[in-house]
Amino acid sequence: MKYKMELTQEEREILEGKHGETLQKVMKSVVLYGETFGARRLVNLDGPVHLVTSFGIPILEPVFDMMDELIRNGLETEKKFTVDPRPLDYENVKANLIQKFVFKIMYGKQKEYEEQLKAVGLKDDKAFTCACYLPEVGNIPKKGDVLAWAESSAVVYANSVLGARTNRNSGIIELLSGIIGKTPEFGLLTDEGRMATWLIEVKTSRLPNAQVLGSAIGMKVVEDVPYIVGLDRFLGEGISDDTSDYLKDMGAASASNGAVGLYHVENITPEAVEKGRELLKEGYKTYVIDDAEIDRIIKSYPVMWKNENAKPRLCFIGCPHLSLNQLYDWTDKISRELQKKGQSKVKIRTILSAPPDVIEKFKKDNRAYERLMSTGTKLTYICPLMYMNNPICSKQPVITNSNKLRTYTTSRFYLDDEILEKIVKGY
Amino acid sequence: MSKEFKGRVVLGGNLKGEAVVTHSGLNILASFQRSALKKAKRAICADQNNEEIYGKDLTGKIICLPKTIGSTTGGMVLESVAKLGIGPAAMLFSEHIDSLAAAGVILTDVWVNKRIITIDQLGEEFLEYVKTGQTIEIKEDGTVIVE
Repeated sequence: MKYKMELTQEEREILEGKHGETLQKVMKSVVLYGETFGARRLVNLDGPVHLVTSFGIPILEPVFDMMDELIRNGLETEKKFTVDPRPLDYENVKANLIQKFVFKIMYGKQKEYEEQLKAVGLKDDKAFTCACYLPEVGNIPKKGDVLAWAESSAVVYANSVLGARTNRNSGIIELLSGIIGKTPEFGLLTDEGRMATWLIEVKTSRLPNAQVLGSAIGMKVVEDVPYIVGLDRFLGEGISDDTSDYLKDMGAASASNGAVGLYHVENITPEAVEKGRELLKEGYKTYVIDDAEIDRIIKSYPVMWKNENAKPRLCFIGCPHLSLNQLYDWTDKISRELQKKGQSKVKIRTILSAPPDVIEKFKKDNRAYERLMSTGTKLTYICPLMYMNNPICSKQPVITNSNKLRTYTTSRFYLDDEILEKIVKGY
Repeated sequence: MSKEFKGRVVLGGNLKGEAVVTHSGLNILASFQRSALKKAKRAICADQNNEEIYGKDLTGKIICLPKTIGSTTGGMVLESVAKLGIGPAAMLFSEHIDSLAAAGVILTDVWVNKRIITIDQLGEEFLEYVKTGQTIEIKEDGTVIVE
């Protein structure tokens, strides 16, 4: 077979099958994928991959077969990888008998699949999170690092906040890239692909909700690169813990409400600090976001509940997973709101979701953990999206502050203050 | 009267078959999940959000679409239905193929050893012209003839 890409001697030999049939298939998949997007060559990965497929859903049979073949041939990723969250945690996210029956069918291959992940290079038992770049988890790329990630919220964070370089890869392609330690060079891996074609002017009177701002940007620019100005008025310059949390949630919303893989924020994100408005491509378009636009966006969200006035039965906070800083913040907010109302427990089943490593660290602070537990709030590591994505759970009236969860499920979006009020009041 | 279109070959081949057309993005997971889970003998589109093709038999058909949308598992689901022998015979994209679909057809080709003939960049006019039920002829060089 003739390939258009410029390949090294070793890459050609692998494609000719000189290193075994399975490695040949791995290389062929990555090369063909790259050629489809005009890549001229493969480049070495600087950091571990992060996998999007974390669930053992039986319909993915060819994936399980491929994993078996990789394992039989002793192939694993060059660097230990992280993967998206597990789908289930019955201890902290209860399910009734019918739900358990559905989950048993949906995630019937979970145990076997996790064994396969370990065999091909999974970092450890706690490496299940969509926020792999958090310090407690430790899959933290440096500026300029070339990666092959697939989870959309992690891709946009790595590119924008950390200044690393990864495309929005499809599931499995990132694993195969990790095995050969290379990824096709195109799109967001190139200087040209990282130029902005949109100027986003934030002219709001106060810091807009990150999830709504991200949603507005995503819906407008879809898969283009935006250059955002006006946020430094509220967030200051550079990246603090609060700023990185804000950008994490804004990015996840832009990646799910649109398909943003990279954004620049003036005076804040590394490439914008370095190059400023030189990142704007000639002929860029402009989108102004003011208070009225933020209100318009919130009002545009459809309510997917059968009964719009139903009493919420469940509240998910933490899609993408919460950082340690955010976990402390929500513990504080929930406790204070309850105290203000003279209550001790939340009235809507409320679940905070965070990476296993973050939960472990949080639990070590006994006082903070007990404070959260005393409110009746549960703490889990699951992916709320995977919990919601079935005909049984999707019928429940679920509320969330996550625009990603709102987009992919029937859950209803509320701002943080509204969420607090609802979980305390119960309606 | 037939009309000829030319696109870019992603995975080539010669084929004559029946078109199923969607003007909005094809959600692979939503469309094929039910048939894949049941290991059904036919792939009946189960995406209720896509009125155009909901309930239509996609088995062995030539799907004409702008791009695919939805979960990043989409590509893997395509592999699954292809393995069950109920996948589409070809996918004809009016736009540049997206990463989910590209991974799906390539992984199917390499790991399942089944070819879903794939042509992209056929242009908006193609999608405006072609109708569900029409016969389409695809040629190795990316020529698509809608009869």
